[in-house]
Amino acid sequence: MTMTYDGADREAPPPSTVWVENVSWFDRVPRWVSMTAIFVLFLAIWQGTHMTGLVSPILLPSPGDTAEELYFVGHNLLTGGYMLTPLWITLKTVMWAFILATGIGFSLGVLVGETTFGERAVMPYLVAIDTMPKVAFAPLFIAWLGFGIESKVALATFIATFPIIVGTAAGLHAADENARMLFKTMGASRWQTLIKMKLPTGMPHFFTGLKIGSVGVMAGAITGEFLGGGRGFGDLIRVASTNLDTARVFSLIIYLSFIGLAIFMSVVWTQRRFVFWHKSSTLTET
Amino acid sequence: MNVAHQQEPAANTARPVYVLRGVNKFYARRGIHALDDVNLTLVEGSFSSVIGASGCGKSTLLKIMAGLTPPSSGSVMLEGKPVLGTREDIGMMFQQATLFPWRNVLENIVLPIEIRDGKRAAKEAHGRARELLAMAGLTGFEHVFPNELSGGMAQRAAICRMLVSQPSVLLLDEPFSALDELTRDFMNMELQRICMERNATAFLVTHSIQEAVILSDVVYVMSPRPGRFVEEVVVDLPRPRTLEMMTTPRFGALVDRIRSQLDEGALA
Repeated sequence: MTMTYDGADREAPPPSTVWVENVSWFDRVPRWVSMTAIFVLFLAIWQGTHMTGLVSPILLPSPGDTAEELYFVGHNLLTGGYMLTPLWITLKTVMWAFILATGIGFSLGVLVGETTFGERAVMPYLVAIDTMPKVAFAPLFIAWLGFGIESKVALATFIATFPIIVGTAAGLHAADENARMLFKTMGASRWQTLIKMKLPTGMPHFFTGLKIGSVGVMAGAITGEFLGGGRGFGDLIRVASTNLDTARVFSLIIYLSFIGLAIFMSVVWTQRRFVFWHKSSTLTET
Repeated sequence: MNVAHQQEPAANTARPVYVLRGVNKFYARRGIHALDDVNLTLVEGSFSSVIGASGCGKSTLLKIMAGLTPPSSGSVMLEGKPVLGTREDIGMMFQQATLFPWRNVLENIVLPIEIRDGKRAAKEAHGRARELLAMAGLTGFEHVFPNELSGGMAQRAAICRMLVSQPSVLLLDEPFSALDELTRDFMNMELQRICMERNATAFLVTHSIQEAVILSDVVYVMSPRPGRFVEEVVVDLPRPRTLEMMTTPRFGALVDRIRSQLDEGALA
């Protein structure tokens, strides 16, 4: 018997007449199962390639070797080994670069997004600089700022600033005509319109810029360390690859990805806290 | 103007609130004559509508009245003073509720106060905002965020926001046209009640003939390119209006008359 709106008992319709949406078993697998399956498949292909012997172990270490290195590096870091200082240096570089890129990107974004002068006179130059390959500036930063952490911070900041500028400026243009008219009819000043309407409306765009920037600072910091004789994690990778220790390289990259993920997630959490009202405040949307 | 006063004893002084004389608007760059010599007088406590096809210039007219755009020529006077920009004594409403999603309903409603007099004044206006919410049937929704409201509730909150600064005139730009018909009829009756309670002077832009007739004392029919008033229809149905009046012969006759005017304008 099925429940009916009038409380009367009716016979259930014969199964052949019931339309059931056909979702394949493939799409009904729980997420953790499918994610694990992909990971296992990846490991199997990796191990298989390794066992055929077609690729030299110097070029492609086995999953086992990599796991061993992962343990080694993790143990070294947890017990205060020699890798802790490089990790700290890279972390510092990335954090400083992210703070600077956010500050500079936001300020320039407001300048080009809010003022006609900025949009007309400053934006073209920013676009021109943005099209340049930014990594090519690394030697200049080293010449200007030396081999210390400063030149790496500069490169990472340089790379991460542009998406934040674009995100901020796009956000300031996101408010619709009605919202602008409403603020005008309420007699709001330009400053009030910016603070109370345009900036909050643009928050999702700003955070999208921050997310792209947070990935950029990692790339900038490591590239800077490669090219500028840094003392950070990038240097450990450079040394390991010079020694043809590819398993070590793999494990170091994986630890770096944890740092990148941590920064990215902190942006996502901040966004969830402040832009709770927007649908973009979830992990999958950017 | 032969506005039928006998239905509105409160407005028998017929004090003019809004006076527009010879208002023209050209958009030179696009070569459009949007408004052609519009003359309009709104008396205190009256409800007037302008009706016309899309693009006939009715929204331009409303923007000029609100002080959002200057006219190319002509004068707009409100309460004896020329409109030279946006003014505090004008309340406006749009097709979209335009509530800000990071503010709860109460904070949205006191926003005009916050902008005019600061955060403290806004706090002090919470009492008045709650009264408005009660009037709009939104008691209990003070701390709800706008994305949890239905379209009709959002528009009711927008009405409260418009009223919180106690404007003397209400400019309404198709405020309920995004709502479904049942909600819209209900909202129109609510709007009438609010306007009658406060003796507010209201000016509505719409493209619904029924809506214009059921709400208004006077309906101005507008023809496009150039936008001008082709007819002024006085609605002599008694107040308060009810939805049942929409089935009366008199209502039907008024609707027919406006429709024929609109058709003529469209063919011209």
